[in-house]
Amino acid sequence: MPKYLLLKHYRGGPEPHRPMPPMDQWAPEDAEAHMAFLKHVGELLEENGEYVGAQVLTPARTWVRYGGPDAAPVTTDGPLPETSDLVAGWYMIDVESHERAVELAAYVSSGPGPGGEPQYEWIDVREVMSEASSED
Amino acid sequence: MIDEPTRRLDEGALRALVPRVLAGLVRRGEDFDAAEDALQEALLEALRVWPEHPPRDPRAWLATVATRRLVDARRSEAARHRREEATYAEPRAAETEEGDDTLFLLFCCCHPDLAPASQVALTLRAVGGLTTREIADAFYVPEATMAQRISRAKRALQGRRLDQPGDLAVVLRVLYLVYTAGHAGRVDLAGEAIRLTRQLTLATEEPEVRGLLALMLLNHARLPARLDSEGRIVTLDRQDRGRWDTREIAEGVRVLQSALAMRTEERRPGRYQVEAAIAALHDDAASAEETDWPQILAWYDDLVALTDDPVRQNPAAVLGRAVAVGHVLGAVAGLRETDRLREVLGERHRWHAVRGHLHELSGDLAAAAAAYAEAARLATNVAERDHLVRQAARARAAGPGRNRRLPERSP
Repeated sequence: MPKYLLLKHYRGGPEPHRPMPPMDQWAPEDAEAHMAFLKHVGELLEENGEYVGAQVLTPARTWVRYGGPDAAPVTTDGPLPETSDLVAGWYMIDVESHERAVELAAYVSSGPGPGGEPQYEWIDVREVMSEASSED
Repeated sequence: MIDEPTRRLDEGALRALVPRVLAGLVRRGEDFDAAEDALQEALLEALRVWPEHPPRDPRAWLATVATRRLVDARRSEAARHRREEATYAEPRAAETEEGDDTLFLLFCCCHPDLAPASQVALTLRAVGGLTTREIADAFYVPEATMAQRISRAKRALQGRRLDQPGDLAVVLRVLYLVYTAGHAGRVDLAGEAIRLTRQLTLATEEPEVRGLLALMLLNHARLPARLDSEGRIVTLDRQDRGRWDTREIAEGVRVLQSALAMRTEERRPGRYQVEAAIAALHDDAASAEETDWPQILAWYDDLVALTDDPVRQNPAAVLGRAVAVGHVLGAVAGLRETDRLREVLGERHRWHAVRGHLHELSGDLAAAAAAYAEAARLATNVAERDHLVRQAARARAAGPGRNRRLPERSP
């Protein structure tokens, strides 16, 4: 059974099918409905026996690299182009097939946006490499 | 202090009783779901009670305790007026062999209406006697997720007739899935699959069951040599054959011969027997150079002949055959065989890995490196990806026209 990450992004990815402002600018009831939908997706996955995990990330990002011998780590939080990819969170699922992962991702993408209409959000579907090695 | 070996022995014996007791309950007309739950509770109680008070007849003890649980559950259910009407099938003949029980339960757990993942999970629990936790660990999912998967599967079985003979081909596929599901992790699923398949050979004369057991044994025998001490994959041609399990090979060959002895003009050996024959030929070679490729190719011819459209219905067999063709008729011929699979397997890492191997065989190391690199990019498994990256790097370093633009890194 392959595992997949269904990644949601704050920004980046293909041209939005339905452009919309960040959620903090939505009507409160619309934001509420969206959050309720995300909770419902988690419960649905649990109910299906397909749930592995789900996490949400803050948008704050710090890039870090080794600073060299005896030097402090080098960090930066910019400047980065506004279009750079920024992951918002994910569901990790354990499903029968790639087709099933795509089906679930499309469902996640159907969550309500402003006005209760589907968001048509792009979801980044990534397969997780398994640990165990298969047969020859 | 707890005597570990003894305790483990008890657990093994206990788990061996699971299918017999469960089959007894279900045959008596108990609902599969409820009976399985009741037996799990009885098992937990056995683990608690038996070390102090070992029962005289463990099977009867389990059946009695599970029945008591069932009665309790039904009573509380009745009290809540949950069930309007319970229907119970006619009890079947009481005296049955152990093998029959296993087969009967496998037919239940591998019901064609269930998804493969559910069939596997249910089989491991209801026939294998593994705990939900162990099954969850084996598949790297949370215990709650596996519990949900199992209970959904059991619910899906409710109302199904379970007294009909099932589809043996599905059972074999599920057992093979269990076998291939991985050798890493805390749970030895390969060993479990072998144990269950061996039990199944007691229940049916079907040669394909023996073929599957032989195939598992003949592959499993090479397991100790498949990874080096660092956990890196070692390909068949480089394995230390002294580490192969000769006892398992001997058993596998014996089982395979008993299966092949049953073949007739009308009943040709099925895919598991043929694949086992191929595995046996690999196991039989004292060194990679002594591998009997012409015979292997002949078996692959049989394997692809089992389906009308092998490229679509069994591309793995066509790919395996291409390797054999490469060794018998030359790498170019082998590569030509893989061309037919481009449309079906062109996005799979194994196709590129095989082409890398064939290019290497032909001496074209640059092409081999490119194919291995593409295979690594498509791999879905860490150990295989790492292995393919190494293969690519090795082929590139050994090939001509290597380009050392980067300065050597000091260690």
